[in-house]
Amino acid sequence: MSNLLEVSGVSVTFDGYRAIRNLSFQIGSAELRAIIGPNGAGKTTFMDIVTGKTRPDEGRVTWGERSINLLKMNEARIAQEGIGRKFQRPTVFEDQTVFANLLMAVRNPRGSFACLFYRPTAKDRTRVEELASEIGLSDALSRKSGELSHGQKQWLEIGMLLAQEPRLLLVDEPAAGMTLAEREHTTDLLKEAAKTRAVVVVEHDMEFVRRLDCKVTVLHEGSVLAEGSLDHVTANPQVIEVYLGR
Amino acid sequence: MSRSFLLRNPSVLIFLAALAIFTLSVTLLSEAFGSDVISTSFVKTLGKTLCLCLVALAMDLVWGYCGILSLGHFAFFGLGGYMIGMWLMYARTELIVADSLANAAIPPTDQEVVDAIGTQIFGVVGSSDFPPIWAFAHSLPLQLLMVLLVPGLLALVFGWLAFRSRVTGVYLSILTQAMTLALSLYLFQNESGLRGNNGLSGLQNLPGVTASQAVVSIWFLWASAFALGVGYVVSAWVVSGKFGSVIRGIRDDEARVRFLGYSVEGYKLFIFTFTAIIAAIAGALYYPQAGIINPGEVAPIASIYLAVWVAIGGRGRLYGAVIGAAFVSLVSTWFTGGQVPSVPLGFYTIDWVDWWLVLLGLSFVLVTLLAPKGIGGLFDLISGRLAPNRHGADYGPDKGSLQEEEGRG
Ligand SMILES: Nc1ncnc2c1ncn2[C@@H]1O[C@H](COP(=O)(O)OP(=O)(O)OP(=O)(O)O)[C@@H](O)[C@H]1O
Ligand SMILES: [Mg+2]
Repeated sequence: MSNLLEVSGVSVTFDGYRAIRNLSFQIGSAELRAIIGPNGAGKTTFMDIVTGKTRPDEGRVTWGERSINLLKMNEARIAQEGIGRKFQRPTVFEDQTVFANLLMAVRNPRGSFACLFYRPTAKDRTRVEELASEIGLSDALSRKSGELSHGQKQWLEIGMLLAQEPRLLLVDEPAAGMTLAEREHTTDLLKEAAKTRAVVVVEHDMEFVRRLDCKVTVLHEGSVLAEGSLDHVTANPQVIEVYLGR
Repeated sequence: MSRSFLLRNPSVLIFLAALAIFTLSVTLLSEAFGSDVISTSFVKTLGKTLCLCLVALAMDLVWGYCGILSLGHFAFFGLGGYMIGMWLMYARTELIVADSLANAAIPPTDQEVVDAIGTQIFGVVGSSDFPPIWAFAHSLPLQLLMVLLVPGLLALVFGWLAFRSRVTGVYLSILTQAMTLALSLYLFQNESGLRGNNGLSGLQNLPGVTASQAVVSIWFLWASAFALGVGYVVSAWVVSGKFGSVIRGIRDDEARVRFLGYSVEGYKLFIFTFTAIIAAIAGALYYPQAGIINPGEVAPIASIYLAVWVAIGGRGRLYGAVIGAAFVSLVSTWFTGGQVPSVPLGFYTIDWVDWWLVLLGLSFVLVTLLAPKGIGGLFDLISGRLAPNRHGADYGPDKGSLQEEEGRG
């Protein structure tokens, strides 16, 4: 199986601190992957590199069938290529309605002129309503997203991510601030999404990871410590020492 | 721009109605219509105020909606004025020269006419040759095109350089100040070809028009009101749809907008250039009413005033910008015109011509601290839309983002 995303030998240094050390990572085009690791392991920095926010000092990041070099592209181009991202802290446009937030994310031409003359079609409206019901915000469409609860903002951001119809979803700690029922719903959504696309989930919560039931990559001090099924990695003595044993 | 757009934005209709009533009333009370209640010079002041409202609208789009605190938009306003001023001076001088040469024994050649115009215009700076930048000044349509093109291109090039290197916040504001300062220093030079510190004058006299200034002032009042009305509708349309969503997103959290796949730089460049062109149109209508333009008009302080007007009126809402510009500039005219009685304190007399700026600065500080929504916020009081309590959190991480107090329920 060919890989959708291939990260090889990447390193990043922040003010002398090597946050990512010779990291390599691959994911297929319809795969669910969990990334775990202690605080400061470099999980968010990894996502920053893939989405173009942080430029690595060395290494390669290639994408898609034609192995495009992502390091040459800016954030917007990478997003247009089909990489969507959910941030660790929920980041939605708080001054705008849930509807406007979702509509902005719905897959449509992103240029300024196209956007200026764009008026929502019936199809796009239906799409927004579908997404809203999927994330349980049907009744909140006309509310300002700033008024939502923390968990609802997480949902909204997941909805925006799905609306972009990316080929790769990078999801940073989606379950933080959610109730148990909401967490279960989130796992279902992510597993469903992973049937047709690649999904990378960063999560601290082991129960959540277990429910995802997928291959797990353990990051530690900026590089991969172990990779495999959850049972396999949790049996690894090194992993137990740096992460689980605390 | 469909009917439903106006129906969904009732404030646009209210604004247009108010503008129409204002313009009609001023017209009926003017000297041109014989009623003499409003003097011609005051009609001109009101017409100029409408142009200032238009440039404030541009400032609100770029700052209030897109979060770019440009402190250089008066450069575009001034350039618009210079561009129309060139035609006005050329065409009027051409008529004068033609008159004086009409009785000459030998009919003058075209070159002689042009030379005579040059001597008339550039005599004050000790020259008589037309600099290359006057190449289109003989033609009204071409020079009108320049009104749009010159400021538009300057904004495009400046914006491209600045946004491409991701200059934001205070650094961008400083850069825009530097731009307007550089422009004004350039214009001050006699070699710039725009008559140095003399500037362009006599702009109130329209070439070939025999109507009195009383009538001409009404024409310009209507033209300014029309431009403001169109500018308001277009601005409201621009910010109403998804484009408006995106630029407000850029104001509050531009990184997030990038990760949605929108090219933030492209949007900023679009709005910067678009508002520069609006500012230029406003300037092109303003200076024929003012009669004179000189490099002092594009001094850095002018653009700062513009930001103050929008802040006092309330940024992020179009009518706020208009109200702020109208209110502050009219009050300013009143204070600096020497009509306000001085306040004798016994040991010192407060003369408002000198103290007006202090008062303005103080009100700016007070508005920023106590009522960040500005005058426009009064409308929220009436409609009961109070800012939601967000426990001190602004609406996004960016410097220009909407502050907690600016929010609307
Ligand atoms: N922009 C930056 N400048 C300096 N140091 C940084 C920067 N971004 C990340 N770091 C450092 O790099 C290391 C990895 O950070 P990162 O945010 O990727 O960790 P993480 O695995 O996501 O942790 P957490 O589980 O807490 O979210 C940390 O030590 C962090 O302090
Ligand atoms: Mg993190």
